[in-house]
Amino acid sequence: MTHTFVAYVEDIPGVLTRVASLFRRLNINISSLTVGRSERVGLSRLTLVCEASSEAGDRIRASLYKLENIVDVDDIAQAPNVTRELALIKVAATPRNRAQIFDLVEVFRARIVDLTSESLMIEMTGVESKIEGLIEILREDEGRILEVCRSGKMTMRRGHHTSSVLKAMGKGPDEKPLPEEANDTTVDIEPA
Amino acid sequence: MGNKPNTQSAESHLTTPTRLTGAEIVWATLVGEGVSTVFGYPGGAILPVYDALRKFPIHHVLVRHEQGAAHMADGFARASGKVGVCMATSGPGATNLVTGIATAMLDSIPVVCITGNVSSKLLGSDAFQEVDITGITLPITKHNFLISKTEDIAHAIRYAFQIAQSGRPGPVLVDITKDAQQGTAIFDFEAAKPRPYRPHPMLKVEDAGLTKAAELIRNAKKPVILSGHGVMESQAMEQVRTLAERAQIPVALTLLGLGGFPASHPLNLGMMGMHGESWVNNAIQDADLLIACGMRFDDRVTGSLSTYATKAKKIHIEIDPAEINKNVKVDVALVGDLRAVLEDLLPRISGRDGSAWIKTIEASKGDVSVHDIKNIPDSGHLYAAHVMHDLWRITNGEAIVSTDVGQHQMWEAQYFHHEKPRSLVTSGGLGTMGFALPSAIGAKMACPEKEVWAIAGDGGFQMTAAELSTIVQEKLKINIAIINNGYLGMVRQWQEFFYDSNYEATPLVSPDFVKLADAHGISGRAVRTRAELAEAVKEARTCDGPFLLNFMVEKEDSVYPMIPAGSALHEMIRRPGKNPIVESPDDK
Ligand SMILES: Cc1ncc(C[n+]2csc(CCOP(=O)(O)OP(=O)(O)O)c2C)c(N)n1
Ligand SMILES: [Mg+2]
Repeated sequence: MTHTFVAYVEDIPGVLTRVASLFRRLNINISSLTVGRSERVGLSRLTLVCEASSEAGDRIRASLYKLENIVDVDDIAQAPNVTRELALIKVAATPRNRAQIFDLVEVFRARIVDLTSESLMIEMTGVESKIEGLIEILREDEGRILEVCRSGKMTMRRGHHTSSVLKAMGKGPDEKPLPEEANDTTVDIEPA
Repeated sequence: MGNKPNTQSAESHLTTPTRLTGAEIVWATLVGEGVSTVFGYPGGAILPVYDALRKFPIHHVLVRHEQGAAHMADGFARASGKVGVCMATSGPGATNLVTGIATAMLDSIPVVCITGNVSSKLLGSDAFQEVDITGITLPITKHNFLISKTEDIAHAIRYAFQIAQSGRPGPVLVDITKDAQQGTAIFDFEAAKPRPYRPHPMLKVEDAGLTKAAELIRNAKKPVILSGHGVMESQAMEQVRTLAERAQIPVALTLLGLGGFPASHPLNLGMMGMHGESWVNNAIQDADLLIACGMRFDDRVTGSLSTYATKAKKIHIEIDPAEINKNVKVDVALVGDLRAVLEDLLPRISGRDGSAWIKTIEASKGDVSVHDIKNIPDSGHLYAAHVMHDLWRITNGEAIVSTDVGQHQMWEAQYFHHEKPRSLVTSGGLGTMGFALPSAIGAKMACPEKEVWAIAGDGGFQMTAAELSTIVQEKLKINIAIINNGYLGMVRQWQEFFYDSNYEATPLVSPDFVKLADAHGISGRAVRTRAELAEAVKEARTCDGPFLLNFMVEKEDSVYPMIPAGSALHEMIRRPGKNPIVESPDDK
């Protein structure tokens, strides 16, 4: 099954090697990994996606926690969440055949972020399937796609959720609980 | 240790922040952490640290190979429960530590390793003797540090001590660049304190779990306690004993758990696993409840997992959440410090009548002891089992024994009965040959008042035999027993059982070990018959200095019982009814 680990790690040299090394040792492929600053000073947040047996999830999580530089780990593939990916796609397009791509971009709610006489660049955010959909259609026209750059998945639990570990650390953002009813909403406000 | 002029000032550093060199900070921090002995070997990249040693009240033991330094720190830690410290230079010095670090990692031993490295601007440049030791040791340490700033040294070392000892212990390496050793910084021991220890967030001991565990224990007809190394690490000997006695539950031990429950206790079944006695493994296979205390269901104790204790419910009390359900799926997991968990559990445990089950186990012993080599009359041959048995008797089981890896290690575990924790020093997880001699040195340095025996095979002894000179240089009273069977015996045994007795690469030519000892200024003698044994052991014990006994034992003897790797726990190769090699010498 697919596991999506979200971890807060110390923002210092070598931490990514330690995380990657754990998966390497288990012979598990990391299919997607994104890392960036979090809301906390000195802590980066990473989202890591991999395939592993369902029992392996707890053990991987426990092993991640054993890494000294990891502060918090969540396995959230099964929890209600919002998952997004960013893609930059450069395609060959001349003034004569651009219009067709503009239409596509419109349908997929993507954006054109660079335009030259021979190419243009599309920026798109969304779930994996949506990005793959656009890429597939662009591929139908052979030779059109020049470059694809994808960020990998970023994931956040829905609703008010603060890990007990982060809570105990205390220096998190203002913690105002959501109103009761709102806790379980799973409405996707911006349809993917 | 004679000329240590500034010892007093070394201690005042701990209370008054002072400007020191990085090299001085290394020692001052170690002093602050209570270290009195460091095992190491110098070289260019750690020379500034060595140069500063004379100012500090720490005794440095010069080893003959850095693997020895790591094993000595490990033996020191196993015997004392304190953190062991070793030191090496960059490059080959650091890589020579690797086997010792992995040995400590696999057995959860608190060791801090300090290595020098090239100057920070040369990192990653393949400079002379530069090696990425933090990269190399990443999977075999609990954590490691690459320190390139003088002001970070004290904190890293203090943090390393915290990590090494806390939770499930393990080795930590601190790699310090030469420029960081040479620079200066204000040393403030108090300010260098690491953040408070953060217990693993997945530790979980809930009331419901404790209640369930107590209920399982109450209703069990055939319970067995599996007692592991965690009993020692968590100092839960009393608690395990109380549980066993109150609920009348027999106790089986892992190799590293030996000594955690007195061997002479009527509820002690003995060692479980690959070379455990049949009644121990059969009791586990028949049990309806296993209470695993500080052990990790290693493949050497479970045999094939699909057939392991299928009738038993399992309670697992363990501090490392990554061990829960790893090999064996458990019914109740109490994830926390063993001693604390047992203290919470014991008030819920009341007296139980366990006599029927204990009688069943007793009856299952049958005639095992008849075939036990120990009970076979002296035939003029010398058997390793006799050596272990007699050593145990003669030393009243009071000695600290460190073993190497192989047949002799298993015979030691079977026939030397350990009453007290930390009296057996052995490499279980990694099974590192060459461990006995250096780890005995570490154990002796930790417990100078104790009688220490290093028991090694003729193969493993030669892997680290150079440490004989360390024993002499340190004037240590260590007794060495070589179980000399002319073979890499355990491998020969596997060849005999599973490879048609094709003894490829296992017959072993060795030097005359007594002469080798003599060349080092160590007395020794060879022992060829059981009749000479007691007298020889007495001579070794009464000799003022170190003593080496070369036991010329039966060459093609095997360790029984044995569960072939991957077989079910009850599918053991039993002792031959009539041991062919025990027949009278005239039959040959
Ligand atoms: C460093 C290392 N290399 C290889 C092995 C594999 N091995 C396990 S036991 C053994 C034989 C040990 O022979 P010896 O030291 O003579 O002890 P014996 O079994 O004869 O008592 C070997 C080679 C090991 N455990 N460690
Ligand atoms: Mg041998």
